[in-house]
Amino acid sequence: MSRFSAMMKMTAVRLSALYLLLFTVCALGLVFYMTSLSVRLLTTQTETAVNEEIESIGQSYERGGIAGLVRSIDRRGRQPGAYLYLVTDPAGRIVAGNVQSIEIGVLQTEGWIERPITYERYGEGNEAKTHTAIARVIVMPNGIRVMVGRDLGEPEQVRLVVRRALMAALGTMGIGAFLIWFFVGRRALQRIDKVSVASQRIMGGDLAGRLPVSGSGDEFDRLSENLNGMLARIQELNEGVRHVSDNIAHDLKTPLTRMHNRAESALASARTTKQWRAAMEGMISDSDQLIRTFNAILMISRLESGYSTEALEQIPLSVIAEDVFELYEPSAEEAGVQLLLGPVDATPVRANRELVAQTVSNLVDNAIKYASGIDRPVEVSLSVVRADDKVKVIVADNGTGIPADQMERATERFVRLEESRSQPGSGLGLSLAKAVMKLHGGSLELADNAPGLRAVLTFPAGEESG
Amino acid sequence: MKILVIEDDREAARYLEKAFAEAGHTADVAGDGETGYALAEQGSYDALVVDRMLPRRDGLSVVAALRARGNDTPALILSALGQVDDRVTGLRAGGDDYLTKPYAFSELLARIEVLQRRSSPKEAETVYRVGDLELDRLSHTAKRAGQVIILQPREFRLLEYLMRHAGQVVTRTMLLEHVWDYHFDPQTNVIDVHVSRLRGKIEKDFGTPLLHTVRGAGYMLKAAETGA
Repeated sequence: MSRFSAMMKMTAVRLSALYLLLFTVCALGLVFYMTSLSVRLLTTQTETAVNEEIESIGQSYERGGIAGLVRSIDRRGRQPGAYLYLVTDPAGRIVAGNVQSIEIGVLQTEGWIERPITYERYGEGNEAKTHTAIARVIVMPNGIRVMVGRDLGEPEQVRLVVRRALMAALGTMGIGAFLIWFFVGRRALQRIDKVSVASQRIMGGDLAGRLPVSGSGDEFDRLSENLNGMLARIQELNEGVRHVSDNIAHDLKTPLTRMHNRAESALASARTTKQWRAAMEGMISDSDQLIRTFNAILMISRLESGYSTEALEQIPLSVIAEDVFELYEPSAEEAGVQLLLGPVDATPVRANRELVAQTVSNLVDNAIKYASGIDRPVEVSLSVVRADDKVKVIVADNGTGIPADQMERATERFVRLEESRSQPGSGLGLSLAKAVMKLHGGSLELADNAPGLRAVLTFPAGEESG
Repeated sequence: MKILVIEDDREAARYLEKAFAEAGHTADVAGDGETGYALAEQGSYDALVVDRMLPRRDGLSVVAALRARGNDTPALILSALGQVDDRVTGLRAGGDDYLTKPYAFSELLARIEVLQRRSSPKEAETVYRVGDLELDRLSHTAKRAGQVIILQPREFRLLEYLMRHAGQVVTRTMLLEHVWDYHFDPQTNVIDVHVSRLRGKIEKDFGTPLLHTVRGAGYMLKAAETGA
């Protein structure tokens, strides 16, 4: 029975029940209206017929007086399906007619007797039935009363037939509705149960699980497909998070382990002050690396959670490019890399000087880092180019570059492509760059420089100043 | 040098007190903003180290209140908030320097020592001298033992900064801040390369070293014999 109550709770079932109720009420109203209309029509017809009959017996009276009237009524009253006739003298005694008895007081009022009256007819003997009829009473000047009426048998029958048909129709409808309701509801309930089971399984930890899709393309399928899309995204993010935590674990574990080992080996074997000192300095530089990684993580999350854009000012990127070039030129030379400053466009851009300088430095730093140690001469070029309403900072090198299939992943947080694992760095430089560019309403693109890597920071150009 | 540390983290405060003592300074500690303000107000400190987040009264308002009362004791603000804006608001409140946690003590020490010197009148001098090295800020020339050394503009600014703080440890981030005017963490050895270039120019032909590397901290310009 719980299944039934579950079904009763379903929106679809409740709605269909409501519709069934409404439909029934409307149908009933309509049928009653129709019946009363046809009954009224029949009554009017009867009234007309009665009036005509009164006219014709009136003619008999004019021709033959009371005797003629009585004769005429006797004759008419014996015919099958005859009207009702009753003639009384002023004292109220029945003079003629085919009515055996009638409700008391009916003849007292002149004119139409609006309500149906009951009477008994002659010739029906013991089986005399009670009929209902409408009638008209006429009082003649000499006090004689004449009543002419007609049976209401026909309209009553119509009413009865219509009612029966209505009941039958409603009954069928009700059963049909109940069956449809039951089967449709059950089907819907079954599908919902399947979805519930699947989602419970997913909640239980099976993130790879998906909701069933029947393939019929109905609303359940659409819902399931959307939810499946959502689940896929959640799974992706979850994997991303796991990936990131694996990487954090790796990147932080390495310097931590190194620190630990340094401390241990210093305790075990360091004898001279110099040895102690070296161990301590090594530990400090390891912890610096840790701090640097943490700072980068914090900065990225702050940038991603919405750094205040008030800190942006109108500044030509050429200034930053020149600064970074000037800053890195000696260390590039030391690394055997030729750092070149290309054309630098001076269009002002809304930017945070510090963040952009740091980003460009990161890119140049990366380029020098990954370009050094190659046999052929390596060049890293830094330029600022204006393209329509965009200003681009381009850092291009002809070093090893990033394999095309890994280009996309390179800007993910903590991703350090396998070949670069041995290089120093937090693996956060490019994701930091990405976050900074997002803040500036721009973008970071990496492309193959054939050979090498080409990193492009695209900024929307600021207002022209003078 | 007498330093007031206003820091509510007791562990950190005790460490700073001890470390400053080892570096030859004396440090007092205040655990909240009100106490810190009262101490700074009456005491004659050479420098203040103020944590930004403090109970009872926050660090920025302590510094701002001191400045409003005409107290110019150099103040370094410590904070866990490390963004550019935060530094700007910190300096706007009257702080003289800003350092983000976590920091290396050597960095803090170097900055505090430089801050203290900042209040001395060296700013006004037009010619700096360290040993036989001489730098004229007006004519933009550098000489050693009477011989002119040709420097790039940036090298000149680098040398100027080092000479202004001769005898003091100057860290890489301090150099990036004051010579290049950027406040991010120089990832690799960029600053070291600039310094070694400069070192080449001022030492190569003259024998005695002037520019010393302080391991784990930074650099110091110091005349060998005369001392600081």
